[in-house]
Amino acid sequence: MIYVLCLILFMVGLYGALTQKNLIKIIVGVAIMEYAVNVFLILLGYRAVGGVAPIIERAGDPAFAGASVDPLPQAMVLTAIVISLGVLALLVAIALRLYHKYGTYDITEIRRLRG
Amino acid sequence: MNGLSVIVKTVTRWVAGFIFLYGLYIMAYGHLTPGGGFAGGVILACAFVLWLMAYGRKGSEQLLPYRAAANLDSVGALAFWALAILGLAAGGEFFLNVIQQRSPGQALHLFSAGIIPLCNIAIALKVCASLVVVTLLLAVLRVAVNGTDEQFKSEEAES
Amino acid sequence: MVHLLTLLLVFMIIGAILALTTKDLLSAVIAVGAVGFGCSVVFLLLKAPDVAITQIVVEVLTLVILIRATVGRREVTASGTRDRPGMAAVAALVLLFLVFGVMAMQGQPAFDFGTPVMARVERTPSAFFLANGLRKTGAANIVSSVLLDFRGYDTLGEATVLFTAIIGAVAVLRQRGRRSTASQEKGDAS
Repeated sequence: MIYVLCLILFMVGLYGALTQKNLIKIIVGVAIMEYAVNVFLILLGYRAVGGVAPIIERAGDPAFAGASVDPLPQAMVLTAIVISLGVLALLVAIALRLYHKYGTYDITEIRRLRG
Repeated sequence: MNGLSVIVKTVTRWVAGFIFLYGLYIMAYGHLTPGGGFAGGVILACAFVLWLMAYGRKGSEQLLPYRAAANLDSVGALAFWALAILGLAAGGEFFLNVIQQRSPGQALHLFSAGIIPLCNIAIALKVCASLVVVTLLLAVLRVAVNGTDEQFKSEEAES
Repeated sequence: MVHLLTLLLVFMIIGAILALTTKDLLSAVIAVGAVGFGCSVVFLLLKAPDVAITQIVVEVLTLVILIRATVGRREVTASGTRDRPGMAAVAALVLLFLVFGVMAMQGQPAFDFGTPVMARVERTPSAFFLANGLRKTGAANIVSSVLLDFRGYDTLGEATVLFTAIIGAVAVLRQRGRRSTASQEKGDAS
């Protein structure tokens, strides 16, 4: 099933974010988790038999409402993608600041060189 | 941050204008074709990032200085909020599509859908300015381990 | 269609595993870029062009920002993973979640790929948006009308979250306030 593959992708990201020592690898794990969740949401709203994109091409077409894919998860995922960009920019800013102060991206070293 | 070679600068001068125009198109036709404010704003920010990488810090200061980008960010956010209050002020609920109710345009044309194209423009302005601010700060911060680094020289000259 | 989507998702999983196990940081960033581009193609195949456009341009800017963090730093190789018992515990937990998730999704009509909720349940919000979108808002792009008219409050919240994240990044990266306190500390110490 396709949803199981999405779940596996999310688990790969989660495992990476929890066990890696390098800050950049942790940020990469968070990004992978976000991609997996977005794909999962769009997969839920797909219509396989005669599905069309939710954009009206001819006004007053009666078959549109019965043939279109779900527009609500698409709107929510659009919001989520832009928010993930802002969050990633903040994470990279914090990582750069930590590198400036401690000279390394390794979180075990950062914990040791306190202050 | 230094710029790149003359070939890159010449090609960027042509290509960045096209990217900017494409971003404006995606933003303006957001209520008719796929796209909208968010995608348009990010494409506009990409045009500026290309200019920053090709011309360096001084070249991008002439195009869009840091202060102007930060102020545009706030203007975009306030414009979006003002459009939402417009529905409340014109005797309805918050975020009511007043223009669609008062003077609806022709469907499937550019001047239709009331408040939605104006909201797209406000959001694109906000997203573009935010990403330009973050990219300018990330590109200019030169990080050294010993604790000495430089920020905007123009900012220090002002203060 | 299902086979194409399965192929793309397997490609994304392989890219994700490569991104997390490679030693070079730049390779990890480029692998996550490949995962993002695969994501955009998946969105295009699932008849979501709005989301595909946004995902591609956001992926490009994410790559630029991440490469800025890795290129030019002195340390460009990752240093491995944490201690063994911690890794084993996390691996066991992740496997447990995976098995539980698969078991929870078996036989549920919601996870039947190809039929959205609108086809199964009467009077969903999506059916209302699709049927009355053009008449009530005048926009031909139903996703835009959902985002900015029917659920405009969510967009206002999202603009606020983006604003706050950028202000946070500016506050972390700015230098002027810190420099004055640093020179004060130097004056006290000397």
